[in-house]
Amino acid sequence: MISPAGRPVRRIAARLAGAMALVLATTGCVGGAGTGSATGKVTSITVLDYYTQRSEHTQWNEVLTACGKTAGVTVEHTSVPPASLIPRVLRQASSRTLPDLLMLDNADLQQIAQTGALTPLDQYGIDTNGFAEGILSAGTYEGKVYGLAPYVSTVALFYSKDMLAEAGVAVPRTWDELKEAAAGLTRQGRYGMAVDASATFESSWQFLPFLWSNGGHEKRLDTPQAAQALQLWVDLVKNGSMSKSVLNWTQADVHDQFAAGRTAMMINGPWRIAALNNDRNMNWGVAPVPVPRVGQVPVTPLGGEVWTVPQSSSKDRQKKAAEVLACLNSAPNTLTLAEQHFTVPSRTAVAARYAEQDPTMAVFVKSVEGARVRTGELGVRWPKAATGIYTAIQSALTGEQTPEEALRHAQEIATSD
Amino acid sequence: MRKRSRLVTDRSLNFRTGTGRDDGGVDARARRAPRARFGLAQWMFVVPAGAYLLLFFGYPLVKNIAMSFQQYTTTTFYTGEAPFVGLQNYSKVLSANLFSQAVITTVLFTVGSICGQFVLGLAMALFFQHRFPLSRALRSLLLLPWLLPLVVSGTTWRWMLDPDTGVVNAALRGLHLSSSGVPWLTGTSQALVSVILINIWVGIPFNTAILYGGLLNIPTHLYEAAKLDGAGPVMSFRYVTWPLLRPVVSVVLVLGVVYTVKVLDIILVVTGGGPAGATETIATRAYELSFQQFEFGRGAVLSNVLIVFSLAFALLHLRASRRALTV
Repeated sequence: MISPAGRPVRRIAARLAGAMALVLATTGCVGGAGTGSATGKVTSITVLDYYTQRSEHTQWNEVLTACGKTAGVTVEHTSVPPASLIPRVLRQASSRTLPDLLMLDNADLQQIAQTGALTPLDQYGIDTNGFAEGILSAGTYEGKVYGLAPYVSTVALFYSKDMLAEAGVAVPRTWDELKEAAAGLTRQGRYGMAVDASATFESSWQFLPFLWSNGGHEKRLDTPQAAQALQLWVDLVKNGSMSKSVLNWTQADVHDQFAAGRTAMMINGPWRIAALNNDRNMNWGVAPVPVPRVGQVPVTPLGGEVWTVPQSSSKDRQKKAAEVLACLNSAPNTLTLAEQHFTVPSRTAVAARYAEQDPTMAVFVKSVEGARVRTGELGVRWPKAATGIYTAIQSALTGEQTPEEALRHAQEIATSD
Repeated sequence: MRKRSRLVTDRSLNFRTGTGRDDGGVDARARRAPRARFGLAQWMFVVPAGAYLLLFFGYPLVKNIAMSFQQYTTTTFYTGEAPFVGLQNYSKVLSANLFSQAVITTVLFTVGSICGQFVLGLAMALFFQHRFPLSRALRSLLLLPWLLPLVVSGTTWRWMLDPDTGVVNAALRGLHLSSSGVPWLTGTSQALVSVILINIWVGIPFNTAILYGGLLNIPTHLYEAAKLDGAGPVMSFRYVTWPLLRPVVSVVLVLGVVYTVKVLDIILVVTGGGPAGATETIATRAYELSFQQFEFGRGAVLSNVLIVFSLAFALLHLRASRRALTV
């Protein structure tokens, strides 16, 4: 009984091993071809990003190909899952096989620029005027611009119009309204509110609008303002308006809960809009993240990916990559890309025109204006603070520590070396 | 019982002749000449294995030890510069609160998993010792958890244990055993129990398969003799099965400990070390330090702790098995 069952398994294992070897061989070949043509005329460049979602990947591929054409090169476009982008970049940095054009999350740029693996963009004559100040500062390390983003984004409050109407609840604008609305929207098998409180940087990112809007700061986490913000999340869980499972949910999980009708409101970003639009049963709206008191303006974290030109042995390849980078960040392309991905163009003039066209996006355009960059104050030390923040969220939401204790511990993590 | 003592002397006799020490004097001289001539050939046999061991075990081990004395940052990847910092990594990592917590969690996880796996595995093996219809089919089905990729079974368990929508809590509610459901993955004490239970489920096939093999090697006439002497099932287990199974048991336990101490995938998939670090073991902490914070120097410290721990167990096992042979 055991041996006949064992044989096909072994065959599958052998096949898998063969496939693995093949994958390794092909990736090796691609890398080799890329660096091999360093001396001759550049006909193709390699591009790496984390747009693995099929529609996103296709849209980016089209823009990259078009920009490549104007620069006279073909584009070899590779996408890897977000979580494995930085490990891959570090591996490629140590083996000197970085792609010619590299996309990075804006919060990671300074850390990668610090390693010396990127080149400043001024040497290619790229004009950085007209970009919003926030995203430009995220792309800057030690006074030099290393990365430019065609569009930016931030988080906001998504809600189900039908559920709010059925419960007779208005869209919450303040924290008190949020607590009330979430409680009023909670039913058997449905929660009022959902956030990402996982033990990852994603939850730190989702917590920032609450921390910042209340006057808290990532530089000092053990303040009453920070504790109040964390207390809000704790209260939502304690009241039963937010599932305790938020401790395990990523932003994608939060979206799935919302799409399945298991939560009436959620914090998420505009990159979810494409999927929400595809769902015909979904009647959703979007509002700014609720603020502590009436009339305050929410301060949200600035999202968006910057494009960079890594160091390579061939100046010609770098030049071609820089041409493509400039093309991606040209005014018409920032508008096209922002429209495709429901985000906000990074050029202020383009963004203003864009907000007039699309009222849904006006929420994001307005939020982005006041948005702050995660690495703006702490620079390369931001990951430490982010680790402290999500540790505090987890400790407070499980009830292991009070928000004050949890944040005191977070401050220790943020300042440790 | 008489039978048992005779068997033990038989075995020790076998082992003594097996070493070839008794007839060594004459043979060795006769063999010496060809041995010198075939010295080269012998080396040729040893070299591939030796090279393999050095390359794939020796090098990473030495590299890991060296790494634990170096300071690694993200910049190291590009520049390759990793300055030696002496014992700084050790003092930072080993003095942290997180480390002592991780040690306790690792011990609880390992002891809990091994106890569960071994007891249930042994019970299954004893159960399958009796022939009954479909017993062979059932036995091969039992291997299924072993054949599934851990990421697949981990994800499935994560769905099943989801506090709100999982099938486990739905069943508990349906049976009126719990009105609110158990926070399997979100409670700090329950989460550790959950990953232990999942790891037990994963480990049962391994324990059953090896212990069952051990049981098959026990001659049936011993059981018959025990029966004639008036031994019931408990007595025959105590005086026949257990003593003869002990070498296999020690192998299963030592391998089990070494496998369990370094378990990473299940915990990462099911809880990710959370909630609030409740399921953070030395292995997941090492992974976090090395591959998420890119502090390879500090990650290496924890890996070395794991290596020392596993090595200690392996030595213990070798000593125990040598004693079992010589007694």
